[in-house]
Amino acid sequence: MSVADAKGPASASEPLLRIRDLKVGFSSHGKTLPAVRGLDVELSKGEVLGIVGESGSGKSLGMLASLGLQARNAVVSGSVVFKGQELIGRPRRDMRALRGSEISMIFQDPLSSLNPVMTVGDQIREALLLHTKSMTKAQATARVLELLQLVAIPQPDRRINQYPHEFSGGMRQRVMIAMAIANNPELLVADEPTTALDVTVQAQIMRMLRDLKEKLGLALILITHDLGVVAGHADRVAVIYAGLVIEEAEVRELFANPRHPYTRGLIASIPKLTASKDKLYSIPGAPPMLGALPEGCAFHPRCSFAQDVCRKVAPATIELGRHRASCHFAETLPPWGESARAAQSEEPAHG
Amino acid sequence: MPLSSVQASSPARLRLPEWASPAFLVGGVVVLFWLVATLFPTWLAPYDPLKLAGRRLQAPNASYLLGTDALGRDVLSRTIHGAQHSLPIALLVVVSAVVIGSAAGAISGYRGGIIGAAIMRLVDITLSFPPILLAMAVAASLGPGLGNAAIAMVVVWWPVYARLMRAQVLEVREREHVEAAVAAGAGHFRILTKHILPLCWTPILISATMDLGQVILLAASLSFIGLGATPPTPEWGAMISDGATFFYSWWIAFGPGMAILTAVLGFNFIGDGLRDYFDPRSSK
Amino acid sequence: MLNYIVRRSIAMPFILLGIVTMAFLLTAITKGDPLTAVVSEQQLNNPEIVAAARQRWGLDRPLPERYLIYVGNLLKGDMGTSFVTRRPVSTDLMARLPATFELVISAMIIGSVIGIVFGLLAAYYRDTAIDQSARIFSLFGSSVPIFWLGLALLFLFSVKYQILPGPGRIDPRMSPPPVVTGFMTIDTLLAGNLAAFKDALSHLILPSIVLGWTVAGTISRLVRANMLEVMEREFILTARAKGAGELRVVLRHAFRNILVPVLTVISYSFAYLITGAVLTEAVFAWPGMGSYAVTAARSLDFPAIIGVTIVGGVMFLITNLLTDIAYVLANPRVRLN
Repeated sequence: MSVADAKGPASASEPLLRIRDLKVGFSSHGKTLPAVRGLDVELSKGEVLGIVGESGSGKSLGMLASLGLQARNAVVSGSVVFKGQELIGRPRRDMRALRGSEISMIFQDPLSSLNPVMTVGDQIREALLLHTKSMTKAQATARVLELLQLVAIPQPDRRINQYPHEFSGGMRQRVMIAMAIANNPELLVADEPTTALDVTVQAQIMRMLRDLKEKLGLALILITHDLGVVAGHADRVAVIYAGLVIEEAEVRELFANPRHPYTRGLIASIPKLTASKDKLYSIPGAPPMLGALPEGCAFHPRCSFAQDVCRKVAPATIELGRHRASCHFAETLPPWGESARAAQSEEPAHG
Repeated sequence: MPLSSVQASSPARLRLPEWASPAFLVGGVVVLFWLVATLFPTWLAPYDPLKLAGRRLQAPNASYLLGTDALGRDVLSRTIHGAQHSLPIALLVVVSAVVIGSAAGAISGYRGGIIGAAIMRLVDITLSFPPILLAMAVAASLGPGLGNAAIAMVVVWWPVYARLMRAQVLEVREREHVEAAVAAGAGHFRILTKHILPLCWTPILISATMDLGQVILLAASLSFIGLGATPPTPEWGAMISDGATFFYSWWIAFGPGMAILTAVLGFNFIGDGLRDYFDPRSSK
Repeated sequence: MLNYIVRRSIAMPFILLGIVTMAFLLTAITKGDPLTAVVSEQQLNNPEIVAAARQRWGLDRPLPERYLIYVGNLLKGDMGTSFVTRRPVSTDLMARLPATFELVISAMIIGSVIGIVFGLLAAYYRDTAIDQSARIFSLFGSSVPIFWLGLALLFLFSVKYQILPGPGRIDPRMSPPPVVTGFMTIDTLLAGNLAAFKDALSHLILPSIVLGWTVAGTISRLVRANMLEVMEREFILTARAKGAGELRVVLRHAFRNILVPVLTVISYSFAYLITGAVLTEAVFAWPGMGSYAVTAARSLDFPAIIGVTIVGGVMFLITNLLTDIAYVLANPRVRLN
């Protein structure tokens, strides 16, 4: 099969997950509309990677496609290597064995993500029994109780027989997490895990994910539209725009020294307690429609630094150490500091 | 996925109006054929449906495309003439049921009160019989014959429209323009006929189209049992009953069976097309 | 919801009374002498029988009083005497009810299985040839005259290819088992007669398919529409992300969520099955209530017709009530409220 197989098990230096040039498109009327245009990310064992982008940017789609969960009319190409094994093009049976055991996922809305007509216990038990054929039902039930305790659900022996609608939003997300970690996965993909929750509950869930990561040695991919969530919890951040990673860096570096105007716009639009509400910044315009991508840099119609070259030539990725950005002016943008930040906030119009 | 729901656009050379879906067109052609057969059967039928046309019990051949029956009559000609005894009856039954049912439903929905409740209880009771048994009982009480069978079918069918109309009226009654009319001092009759009923017809129309097919089926069933058309009328159900008697001459029942099947399918297709056009959400 | 069922159960007797009233009115509209509704033509010249009938049904009394007598007789289980069989209608019906139930239940099973499988396939392979075929199959089922389909299949499978037996419940050369449940398949098994069981089962196949087909279409279209909706829901993605296979996703996760509407449509399809059973029984010479009704209608046997109609209405009422109860049991959210 792939070269990675020939090399045998992954060596310590090799990343847990490496996505290279992943493309996802939808075929429609003989044409293929690109939704993910070439995703490149890496993740080491135990690391937390934030993937940030607006809805429709392809951030969830890319991760779903990596796990073989794309829609039926989607066309996927590129390479996704997990623990030295290529996932793209693997038989569906192998992918099923991988999903939920070595790689798990949780989703945005825990109410719609849980099956309304199965008890919570049945749903978690199913995750266990699917991957450990030798497990008896009693063993599975014991493990479910243990898991519910781990995610701090009170009275697990009573809760185990209840249905999702009897749980609160935060409790439901804990159930989802319990289900996801049931088989001690090495990678957990959390797709907007807190977006549908109350602010106070959001913090609890994020803290829980962090704790579990430490306790279980998980690697975590945090998909979100909210740079604020990423700031407190990720080691590294990849910013996605129109199906491409446009900037990637260590979290501190990214916030201190953003090199893409889009990232700068995102940072500027994080609401701050000190700022007055009416001054909240937002990037002008809307992300491009699928199949109607602008020529050149996909971000240029919304960019205040756009020049002629941006309208014609797609920018190459510029690497500066472990910081990379895809902008013609990545190295020449004005330095990022309080003043630049304020300027961006106050002058939302095009330059 | 939003993209998968994008409908394929029809090729440019075949630009049809929106209501003319393929199903609607197929249904239309079939129903049109049976309409012609109803109005001008002699144009289509090669023989007299009631007279001896050739040797009896002939299998289909070049001169008798669908064979001959036990009395030597041409099955094809009888099948074509049979439309006369199915389509007009179906139309009559559905129109009567729609008129009676809509009136009852409108009164019940608009007025409510004891009369409205009484009407709805009658509807409930009528609908709590298996339709064919009630139709059989009524038809038998009135005596055999197509006319009595038609009455029996109206008795069975009007409550369906009463329920439908009542639900519609209850909904439309709450709309603002009705309140405005009430405020303007319009009379009850005027409000009902001018402001409420015109908005209630779409589901009734769709349902009535589909029911035309179902009534054809029920009428044929009653005739098959012997409660509808009487010999020698070339009614489809009665012809199939003949065919059952001469079981080994399968062709006697084949013609009328296909006639019922195509006519019912035709009305179902038209009804489907109408529903897709008026209420795109209901079809997935 | 439980409340609702209680209310429904309380309303039952009133609807029953309505049914009986309707049946009484039918005897009252019978043209000519009301005697013709209870005494057959041949017996009208027999003064003794006429007098006895007048006495028993109160035919010489005014209409309201006759109504009370009629209801009273019904409460005693007296539906009159069949002109044709000369036996009490209630006795006839009791003897024939199991045959109808056996047919309707097996048709319901066949219709539900076909309907559900086709609906699942049509939804999973939406807009493909499979989907279109399922649609045509279901349209055919709801448009074909059932008595004609019965004749056609009987001709093809019994006469032409001789794969399946002809009309009836069991081969006339075979001695029928002693009646215990009235279900031929069960009674033959109870009697330990395997050959007879096989024969009874093979007699059941054709009429059940014919009858089941008429409801399979309705069920498959409902299953398809509901499945399309459910398969778009997020918990389906969760199940797949868990590593569940497609069969498990479709059956255990998606289908279980549409069980309530499916159960509902299956029990409401009972109405169509009863209607269809009348004609199917007539074609297949099936000795149930339906063929009894048809014979009665053909010979204008009024007590028998009215009796069948009443029993049919009662069966309807009971099924609808059972549907509601099943609905509550199948739906955890309703059950707990």
